[in-house]
Amino acid sequence: MQMFRNRKTRSLAYQVAFLLILALVIFGAVHEASTKLAAQGMTSGFDFLHKSTGFRIGFSLIPFDPFESYLRMLWVGIVNTIFLGILSIVLANIIGLIIAVFRISSNGVLNDIGTLYIETFRNVPLILQALFWYAALTHLPPTRQAYSVFDSIFLSARGVFVPSLNVGGQWFAAVALALLFGLSLLAWFSMSRRFKRMKNRGVLQLGIAGLTLAVMVGILAYAREPGSDIFSVPELKGLNFRGGITIPPELSALAIATAIYGGAYIAEVIRAGFLSVGKGQVEAARALGLAPWHVFSRVHLPLAIRAVLPTLINQYVWLFKATTLGIVVGFADFFSVISVSINQSGQTLELIAILMAGFLIMNNTLSFVLNRVNKAIALKGTQLRT
Amino acid sequence: MTTVSDVNTHPQPLNTGFQPDGLGARLRRRYFRTPGNAMISLVGMAALLYLVYHALDWAVLKAVWASPDGTSAVCRDIAGACWAVIQQRWRIIIFGLFPYDEQWRSMLACIAMVATIVLSCLPWFWKPLRLSTLWCAGFITFYVLMRGGLFGMRVVMPADWGGLTLTVFFYAAGVLIGMPMAVALALLRRSEMPLVSRMTGALIDGVRSLPLITILFTAALIFPFVLPDWLQGDKIWRVIIGFALFFAAYQAEIIRSGIQSIPVGQEEAAKALGLSYWHRTGRIILPQAFRNALPPTINQLVITFKETSLIVIIGFFDILASGNAAYGTGEWSFAYFEVYIFVALVYFVFVFSLSRYGAYLERRMRFGQH
Repeated sequence: MQMFRNRKTRSLAYQVAFLLILALVIFGAVHEASTKLAAQGMTSGFDFLHKSTGFRIGFSLIPFDPFESYLRMLWVGIVNTIFLGILSIVLANIIGLIIAVFRISSNGVLNDIGTLYIETFRNVPLILQALFWYAALTHLPPTRQAYSVFDSIFLSARGVFVPSLNVGGQWFAAVALALLFGLSLLAWFSMSRRFKRMKNRGVLQLGIAGLTLAVMVGILAYAREPGSDIFSVPELKGLNFRGGITIPPELSALAIATAIYGGAYIAEVIRAGFLSVGKGQVEAARALGLAPWHVFSRVHLPLAIRAVLPTLINQYVWLFKATTLGIVVGFADFFSVISVSINQSGQTLELIAILMAGFLIMNNTLSFVLNRVNKAIALKGTQLRT
Repeated sequence: MTTVSDVNTHPQPLNTGFQPDGLGARLRRRYFRTPGNAMISLVGMAALLYLVYHALDWAVLKAVWASPDGTSAVCRDIAGACWAVIQQRWRIIIFGLFPYDEQWRSMLACIAMVATIVLSCLPWFWKPLRLSTLWCAGFITFYVLMRGGLFGMRVVMPADWGGLTLTVFFYAAGVLIGMPMAVALALLRRSEMPLVSRMTGALIDGVRSLPLITILFTAALIFPFVLPDWLQGDKIWRVIIGFALFFAAYQAEIIRSGIQSIPVGQEEAAKALGLSYWHRTGRIILPQAFRNALPPTINQLVITFKETSLIVIIGFFDILASGNAAYGTGEWSFAYFEVYIFVALVYFVFVFSLSRYGAYLERRMRFGQH
């Protein structure tokens, strides 16, 4: 007993006990699970991933048919989740920025509109908003009586039909990827301190932009189906539209709901950023004779974004997680694909493990990348001024 | 650490006595300071007026409020809202599938829980003992009223609960279980034993980087596999535990930040006085930490209330599902708009009042510190 008077020994004993209990719990759980699985006559393991699924998916960015494997279907779910997540974050950011500018503007009416927006949409659960938009979109008129905008965009209960380019889906993805890559390269170039002192930075940036554009045009020119128009405009043929892109109501409902809901939160974050920018900075910019737009875009906004970027990153990760609502409207995101697979294959434990691992990887990658961006552009030391 | 927002505190404009007050002057300053501003104001006002007029026209002027014969015939050819759907189906939205004769119990239970929440906003209750007594009492009242079996009330199992009552139950149970869990997690994470603090940290960060719905799903599906039969309990309790864990992971970080914002001297002084760990924690650290962390805590409570709506995915008949059921019959299927607005209003009342209260507290506390 004398031994336990020593703080170090005691703490070691506690930790050993903690570890033992933890090991016991885990062992018990594994034992219980394996007995139950054996009793039900189920085989564990990941072999089922290569079996064919036998069911259809409403919306997928990459082609999928019922004969393909579970692995492929999970991949479809991941791609859909990432697509929806990025789309929602970008839209929410745009809405958030606009509402934040409304809230800090000197105009009373704009303030009121901003406040009204935030208080309305922030206080109603996202899932309710998603259901609402889904109900509203599926209650649009049928395809024959669809609302049309300039005879090229059609709104109907089967979805929104928009014109597109006459290329296959994978080429579209390639173009988008090229654009994304070019833009991030440009952003890196203009923001990172590593290139601050470089002489021909402007020329290089122009070069990157031109190269990106050339690659995009090249892909499109190569991929265009021979003999077809560049643009494909949706046309009513029988009961449905042909050509163009169909945006299904599931996707639009989720994207609209997350963008509106997330926009309300992001607006408040950005507003806090605007308020934290020192008055002197803005006044100095004005005193130098910068136009109001330049004061905003070159001084006020960059400083505000830098001030709140860490908070904003948390908000993005949170928004990305919040988009996991596909299952309530029938959008095949990662979670709903997993849920369907559990129902079909019965491999609960394995699929839940995949679900957790998938989300941990996606979320941590997102926050890792954004934190690197934050580190690269954060204000340091003498750059902090009031 | 000083952050940018700490450095740039805006001094309030000095009151120089120059206050050309009066409503007209203030309005002019707010809306019509410059010609450009006035134009934006006019356009904005016109847009707002247009919106408000149409909303009012739809929701009030042209609306049908009640259906005398219980069918949707009154709403056939109207241009406004059909509130008759609420008048006809409000019972299913609020009480779900609770037996008709016993719905007064559901009503009373709901009122008891809301009263508990309102009472805990009064500063008199902000003592650990009083607050926990209040919540336990409120929760037990709620549970006894809902489940029955005592005082000659018929037994209604949780599987038959639904509607707003289920949402409130879920919320209260989740917070009640989650709060002690959060304190425990926060203290464990601050532990000086590296193994304990690392493990707790991994658990908290892991839970925080997963969407709530995956946690609920896991709780509903995995627990039956890994727990022995005598430990499993009802599905609703398993999901509540998952919900509480999720709440606790976020709340633990809030409490930890509250603890970190206490000057180190406080704990050192307590140590120097020879107080034990539990006395230090219970009497010195936690009371101050809770006070510091009150605004984010209220914020978290608000978010948590909204997040209860996710249980509909796990297959519970909460207010969202009962709302869907309310317009889900062939009779009322056109009235989805009205039902969603009603459900949204219910959430809005809860969430908005809670968050306004949080904002008030924050103002009050800031005032107290200067």
